[in-house]
Amino acid sequence: MSETPSITRDDVAHLARLARIDVPPEQLDHYAEQLQVILGAVAQVSEVASDDVPAMSHPLPLVNVFREDVVRPTLSNAEALSGAPSVESERFRVPRILDEE
Amino acid sequence: MSTHTAETVVPYDDVVARFDPVLGLEVHVELGTATKMFCGCPTEFGAPPNTQVCPTCLGLPGSLPVVNAIGVESAIRIGLALNCQIAEWCRFARKNYFYPDMPKNFQTSQYDEPICFDGHLDVDVETDEGVLTFRVGIERAHMEEDTGKTSHQGGATGRIHGADYSLVDYNRAGIPLIEIVTKPLEGTGKYAPEVAKAYVAALREILRGLGVSDVKMEQGSLRCDANVSLRLSPADRLGTRTETKNVNSLRSVERAVRYEMTRQAAVLDAGGRVVQETRHWHEDTGVTTSGREKSDAEDYRYFPEPDLVPIAPSREWVEQLRATLPENPAVRQARLIADWGITPFEMASVVNAGALDLVEQTVAAGADQSAARKWWTGELARIANEREVELADLAITPVDVARVEALVGEGALNDKLARQVIEGVLAGEGSPDDVVASRGLAVVSDDGPLLAAIDEALAAQPDVAEKIRGGKVAAAGAIVGAVMKATRGQADAGRVRALLLERLGVSE
Amino acid sequence: MTTDLIRLTAARTAAVVASGEASAVEVAQAHLDRIAAVDGRVHAFLHVDTEGALAAAAVVDARRAAGEALAPLAGVPLALKDVMTQKGIPTTCGSRILEGWRPPYDATVTARLKEAGVVILGKTNMDEFAMGSSTEHSAYGPTHNPWDLERIPGGSGGGSAAAVAAFEAPIAIGTDTGGSIRQPAAVTGTVGVKPTYGAVSRYGLVALASSLDQAGPCARTVLDTALLHATIAGHDPLDSTSAPVPVPDVVAAALRADVRGMRIGVVKELGGEGYQPGVRHRFDEAVEILTELGAEVVEVSCPHFPYALAAYYLILPSECSSNLAKFDGMRFGLRVGEDDGSPSVEQVMGRTRAAGFGDETIRRIMLGTYALSAGYYDAYYGSAQKVRTLITRDFAAAFEQVDVLVSPTAPTTAFKLGEKLDDPLAMYLNDIATIPANLAGTPGMSLPVGLAPEDGLPVGLQIMAPAMADDRLYNVGAALEAALLDRWGHPILEEAPSL
Repeated sequence: MSETPSITRDDVAHLARLARIDVPPEQLDHYAEQLQVILGAVAQVSEVASDDVPAMSHPLPLVNVFREDVVRPTLSNAEALSGAPSVESERFRVPRILDEE
Repeated sequence: MSTHTAETVVPYDDVVARFDPVLGLEVHVELGTATKMFCGCPTEFGAPPNTQVCPTCLGLPGSLPVVNAIGVESAIRIGLALNCQIAEWCRFARKNYFYPDMPKNFQTSQYDEPICFDGHLDVDVETDEGVLTFRVGIERAHMEEDTGKTSHQGGATGRIHGADYSLVDYNRAGIPLIEIVTKPLEGTGKYAPEVAKAYVAALREILRGLGVSDVKMEQGSLRCDANVSLRLSPADRLGTRTETKNVNSLRSVERAVRYEMTRQAAVLDAGGRVVQETRHWHEDTGVTTSGREKSDAEDYRYFPEPDLVPIAPSREWVEQLRATLPENPAVRQARLIADWGITPFEMASVVNAGALDLVEQTVAAGADQSAARKWWTGELARIANEREVELADLAITPVDVARVEALVGEGALNDKLARQVIEGVLAGEGSPDDVVASRGLAVVSDDGPLLAAIDEALAAQPDVAEKIRGGKVAAAGAIVGAVMKATRGQADAGRVRALLLERLGVSE
Repeated sequence: MTTDLIRLTAARTAAVVASGEASAVEVAQAHLDRIAAVDGRVHAFLHVDTEGALAAAAVVDARRAAGEALAPLAGVPLALKDVMTQKGIPTTCGSRILEGWRPPYDATVTARLKEAGVVILGKTNMDEFAMGSSTEHSAYGPTHNPWDLERIPGGSGGGSAAAVAAFEAPIAIGTDTGGSIRQPAAVTGTVGVKPTYGAVSRYGLVALASSLDQAGPCARTVLDTALLHATIAGHDPLDSTSAPVPVPDVVAAALRADVRGMRIGVVKELGGEGYQPGVRHRFDEAVEILTELGAEVVEVSCPHFPYALAAYYLILPSECSSNLAKFDGMRFGLRVGEDDGSPSVEQVMGRTRAAGFGDETIRRIMLGTYALSAGYYDAYYGSAQKVRTLITRDFAAAFEQVDVLVSPTAPTTAFKLGEKLDDPLAMYLNDIATIPANLAGTPGMSLPVGLAPEDGLPVGLQIMAPAMADDRLYNVGAALEAALLDRWGHPILEEAPSL
């Protein structure tokens, strides 16, 4: 991949939406520019990433790390809710959800 | 907002005459492990909200997952039971999307490296052409974690639309799930709904036999999403599919598939295009309604889970697990067909009712196989259906059923009484003998039922009654005979005669 | 004695407490006084836990009085980077989105420190979510380099390094994802070590890039970092990526301090153009010393190192874009918007994250979201993971020829606050020498080798060793440190202006 695709303000708006960050419209161009520059600098990875090089999945050659199916201490309800912005009936109260997942 | 906009449908026979259905079934199994998939929190049902949570399943900053060994073991056993290949090396992956029931806003799942893949399950469907066998291809079975539970508040219906806010309980978040995905299921034709149901039923039996889950559809430990598409002919490309959720019983699977086929046919007939979307099944009204528009381009930005290391099940371990599998269902069924001297059709009825284990256990408890089958696929299946529970959840055991059958065999009960005994056992009145005793059903020479039978016979043969009153005592034989017939020979004939004459005010 | 107490090394402090020369409470108080005196200007700390520290110190004193054996660092005060959870104590990760959050659990590192009787004084400042090389991206204002308060202390762990350099604590915990322990050590004239990936538990370390992050020791001497390393390292069943191997004896290695017969490789690709002349000068001098000490020094080429920065700035944003998704205002931390039915959950999430995250964080999240997107994965994230393999192979090949590698830790000395803020790429270049070790998971140490002639600011030399051979860092580092101390006549920090 020798050319970086250009990043437009629409691209930034799309990324912001995917990442759930309300980027103000006046900052879209600014981010677009910066992302473009950074992507230009990092795109070089594809130069050396040939097919015969395996992707590194992990710095450690570990496999099969498991734990026994045995109960461990939980947090109490109070601890679990301790940082919550809004609580009701021992549960986390969250704003209106529009769509079924 | 009304959820039921009436949609046009094409009569089913018409649909299958002109379209070729293709199905895809996605089943999620909640494993019955003691702890969650990635942490040591307990998984018991019904605990107070947010009491079975820890930093990991709450997704608190800094927390890390550690894989439950039994979760992996169960996944492999399920794969083996479904004739799958077991991966030599695979990883977990993050499926990234935002939703309040997801503590990390990504689900730790598997993407392009599922632990099990490329299997199959043969299912039998009873049809008027006999028992037909369909081979359902299994694309993959992989490990993932469940989400928390949201309950929507402030609206009228308790459903999302119109709710002001929601309350979230993360007790369920992180419970191990195995997702089993079929390959596109083609060639089912008009039997598509039955095949779908039979597949889920068969899968459920297998899972139950493995002991990996309690597979209760109504409780959500077995969830099914049905994908349906239509095309004009098998030679054509696959049509656009819809995914139907909220299919909470075997009955719903069949009905939902059938409905979707008829609905999609109507859309296509009208020159429209089927929208690729998620639909919601309504058991009460028998329709699906539109949910979220589902796009295949949903960008989950999958990448290998960096907090977990790869899973590389050794072939030795896989073979050890294979040895723990219960008898292959097809082999077992063939064996029982031979032992019991029944037809494949009859076996299919038993399997599709989810009754095979129960029937086998009832036979082991001493009952005749025919009677055992009769009870479980007949009266008991009817009751289970009515109460919308699983057969295995009824408060009656194979031993109980065998006992009832024994009492019938002894002549202590007739069929009608036996049903009453069953009813009593289900109502929690005790064992069959307890019910017989407490309800006084054993005393077959009890005058009550005899008198009732006598009156019935008299009413049915008024001319004979007249004769007896007229002094022709010998004519009483016909009434006695009728009563003996009515009570299937379990009444004392002498007593019947005496009661009859007393009834008519005639002396011997 | 109070002034003296804060000038002691950790090793000496532990001895003083163990012998009863001073109580742990006195030691703690001396450091708390020092913080009160200077931190208004240095701003190394985001939270000082006076009560907790004194209580912990009192426990050590009680144990000592009861005749119990004390762990090697019992009674020694420590500064904890605010990215590690400490139960009940504010943990912000330098971000507004976690303002006031008190975790309900301790990180494993935190728990091990407490168990060892180490006295945690407070939480130190950092670039938001550990992203940066200057601590200027902290939502709570930057930390100032004790050598020159108008200069950066390095990042992301500038607070920990500055605390140690300012004598506010003899030891500190940092975390290193691309150099965030080593580079601050270099620009503050202190010692910092990134252990082998997997040597120290990440449970409770708020994740930035899961496959790169590693907690490690910061101190003023090599021996002190070794003592701290030994205290915190070791397998943790709560961390699947934790190495199930014994910790190498780093303390013994630090005491051995003998490089005779060792082969040391100078990395050709690190230290040439783009490196400040004074940095190269002090580096070359230090390499010369190693030769005098009996090591054989050769030049080694790691041809893929020039691609390391690019690979890093794809892998890190990708992993962090996912790791930071949990900060959405639902379960903890900042929430912008009510749940009374007016805003939707989407809106609340969007507003919360926009308000709670700083620019650099948002930039990297978007970069990572892009790099993982359908259609771009192979070219970006996928390719970067391949480069990682190549870098790992470069290290492996190099370590066939030599026992350790050396390079300057950072291309420049401490730059001025504000100097590189407008140019993200220029900021990223600070990590150019430290990043390869994170990509390969191998350990690295930075120790001070002098002051740059042109500005009088500290220069760090980086030592790198094979995975799991962390002890080699301490051996070589201690040898070099001793030789330099000999040459200078006093520890380098005595050159720093008094605060």
